[in-house]
Amino acid sequence: MNGMDILMAVIGSVLVMLFGIFFGLVFKGIDRVLSARMQARIGPRVRQPFWDVGKLFSKENIIPENAVKWMFSSAPVLGLASSAVMLLYLPLGPLAPVLQGHGDIILMLYLLVIPSLAMVTGGFASGSPYAAVGAQREMVMMMSYEFPLAAVVVSIAWKLNVFGIANPFSITSIASNPIWMNSGILGIIGSAILLVVLIIVTPAELSKIPFDAPEAETEIVGGLLAEYSGRNLGIFYLADAVKTIVMGALLVAIFFPWGIAGIVGLAAGSVGAIAADIAFFLLKLFLVLFVSVTVIRTSFARLKIDQIVYTYWAPLTIAALFGLVLIIWDLNLLGIEWYPQVLGGW
Amino acid sequence: MKLVKSLDKSLWVFHVNSGSCNGCDIEIVAALTPRYDVERFGIKLVGSPRHADVLLVTGPVTKPMRERIKRIYDQTPDPKVVMCVGTCGSTGGVFYDSYTLDGPIDDVIPVTIYVIGCPPRPEAIIDGVVKAWAKLEELRGETKKKEGKK
Ligand code: SF4
Repeated sequence: MNGMDILMAVIGSVLVMLFGIFFGLVFKGIDRVLSARMQARIGPRVRQPFWDVGKLFSKENIIPENAVKWMFSSAPVLGLASSAVMLLYLPLGPLAPVLQGHGDIILMLYLLVIPSLAMVTGGFASGSPYAAVGAQREMVMMMSYEFPLAAVVVSIAWKLNVFGIANPFSITSIASNPIWMNSGILGIIGSAILLVVLIIVTPAELSKIPFDAPEAETEIVGGLLAEYSGRNLGIFYLADAVKTIVMGALLVAIFFPWGIAGIVGLAAGSVGAIAADIAFFLLKLFLVLFVSVTVIRTSFARLKIDQIVYTYWAPLTIAALFGLVLIIWDLNLLGIEWYPQVLGGW
Repeated sequence: MKLVKSLDKSLWVFHVNSGSCNGCDIEIVAALTPRYDVERFGIKLVGSPRHADVLLVTGPVTKPMRERIKRIYDQTPDPKVVMCVGTCGSTGGVFYDSYTLDGPIDDVIPVTIYVIGCPPRPEAIIDGVVKAWAKLEELRGETKKKEGKK
């Protein structure tokens, strides 16, 4: 990288981070309103999260006496920073990732762990028994949802590899060759199963109900975050907002990477096309998150930690592997003459 | 102590039970249900006093609770508001003069708003929140005046 590239990367990172924070908070607001409507309530305003953050940043920032101070105060910053870094590797609609060509989806798998790890460090460092219980639960949960997630990623990369696409793990090639392409009926069913698995992994990544045992307010007083107040809590709030956008953008990049500009007839590359694509991307993002965060969180109650582990290790892992097997069968069957016509009959 | 305007719009409530009969607590929960839905005003029940802006204290403060109430009060970050819900927290109510009590609440911690009733209706609790807003408005005016003098 020469100086110009580095400068562009820095400016891009700042812009992307602001984008993540802004739309993360907007989504949080929409999520709260929609969830309230589903429960026959009116719910807060859409800009409620902005007020929450404004208030949290103006409040007293208490550091408990028996906390490990430097760890306690650096954990929120680490959480926010690592969530924002992930956004730099993801395509945001028509905009290519800021760090295009530098990371791949395996890196994403590792980066996804860091915000949770930051919360675990913060929880252990706060010296409260509730936070320690929450941190242990978070670690157990991290171990349980990792496997289905990895199975999804491997299936996608395997498929790209079979079609001889260079860099099957790079997010850009995944986004430009959607998993639905070149598949028969079994492949489509397999991809749909993988989509469902990823949709169910998302709330656990974000510690949302029903997978919010580490932050359970009613049993362990906020768990990991029990001792956080004021600015530190506000930074965690922002980190959560950014991570929500990251998970949404990841789902969109893998399963729904299409743009709309070509369909409505705007010339590629024109300002109108880019604006339309960004709007369409946000729509896709909010729809995906609506299903995987709002609907799931409103319709289920919190699971116990052992139920969470079971859910991910048994049904979801089996489902993800089954999806992989379907995709493999599909590609083997594609050589047979009658098979591709099954879909044609529809 | 900084009092920003967003504080009014997002009051996070921590509920402390200092030995109440649970009547008031149920009315507080009723205020969160679809019928009254205090989330409309950005009010949210939180699980830890560290996250709270409002302490909602119910009950007449039994002897063992005295120290704990004080500690919870200290654990809450500034700026904070204390709302005492229920007659027994305000005066002793039906438990007046009992030998098990060390209350009422304003003997232990400074109370900002009193909501009377045994138990008070959810409307009364919401009215208490409105009074808290008025109080915050007043305080904001005072801090502004002080800053103006400097
Ligand atoms: S005020 Fe009445 S209802 Fe409320 S806690 Fe006291 S005794 Fe119970």
